[in-house]
Amino acid sequence: MTTRRVPHPGWNLEYLMWLFMRISGLAFFALAITGMFIALAQGARSQMGLGALMRWTFFPNPSHVQADVPDVDIGWRNGFWQAIEISILFFGGTHGLNGLRYVLEDYFTNPVVQLLFRSLIFILWVFLLVVAVFVVMGS
Amino acid sequence: MALSRKVGFFEGLKYRGGGPMLAWILHRISGLGMVFFIGLHIVASHFTLDAGSDWAIALNTLYMSIYFQLFIYFCVLYHGLNGLRIIILDVWPKMLEYQKEATWLQWLVFIPTYGLTIFLMIQQFFAGE
Repeated sequence: MTTRRVPHPGWNLEYLMWLFMRISGLAFFALAITGMFIALAQGARSQMGLGALMRWTFFPNPSHVQADVPDVDIGWRNGFWQAIEISILFFGGTHGLNGLRYVLEDYFTNPVVQLLFRSLIFILWVFLLVVAVFVVMGS
Repeated sequence: MALSRKVGFFEGLKYRGGGPMLAWILHRISGLGMVFFIGLHIVASHFTLDAGSDWAIALNTLYMSIYFQLFIYFCVLYHGLNGLRIIILDVWPKMLEYQKEATWLQWLVFIPTYGLTIFLMIQQFFAGE
């Protein structure tokens, strides 16, 4: 008979990530609804197609609506949107890469391989967040 | 006895989990789809902004096409609705008894929302907007 080691209940990585997945999932709804309603209040209804509004709802970056809005500097590019973008990036990057870790650890049960994937995902996470902050600040 | 996990790929396909299993597998596919495509999009945007690389501009042009938007919208909406169902069932575990019904309800919300959106998007696409 073989047994499998499972973590004890408590404030460990698995529990924290379980909690994080739920909280960040709800945060996406709040951030997306905020972005969409402000965009509609700013005249998105008459200015842009549904595709542009959708891109803006997912990620309020001026380059997503540049082709549709006459001047993105009025209301579509400021610190408020940058703060929202950074929160979406932090929540989204962590949520997505942790999800990738869940899937990989379901199929690779060897602890050494799991550690390797965890390290790779951690490096990817840091890299992606740094690149994304550059994109937000530069666009 | 520990559970034997040596199940072949084709044996796995024969497992008939029904609606909830479809939800589980679509949740994974849509999640991985978003990680892959949005990750590439971020890197490509960085190379477009700071270097103007041809491959990055080509990739982002592909992203602006309607086909990718329909795919990404499917991933985001399905993953979001399914995630909401998971959160609700996690917070009120007594509702797990009705998880089949919850999965059906989720499709009942998803199909009109996705259908109406892609109808309007395709309409605008052919109108040349």
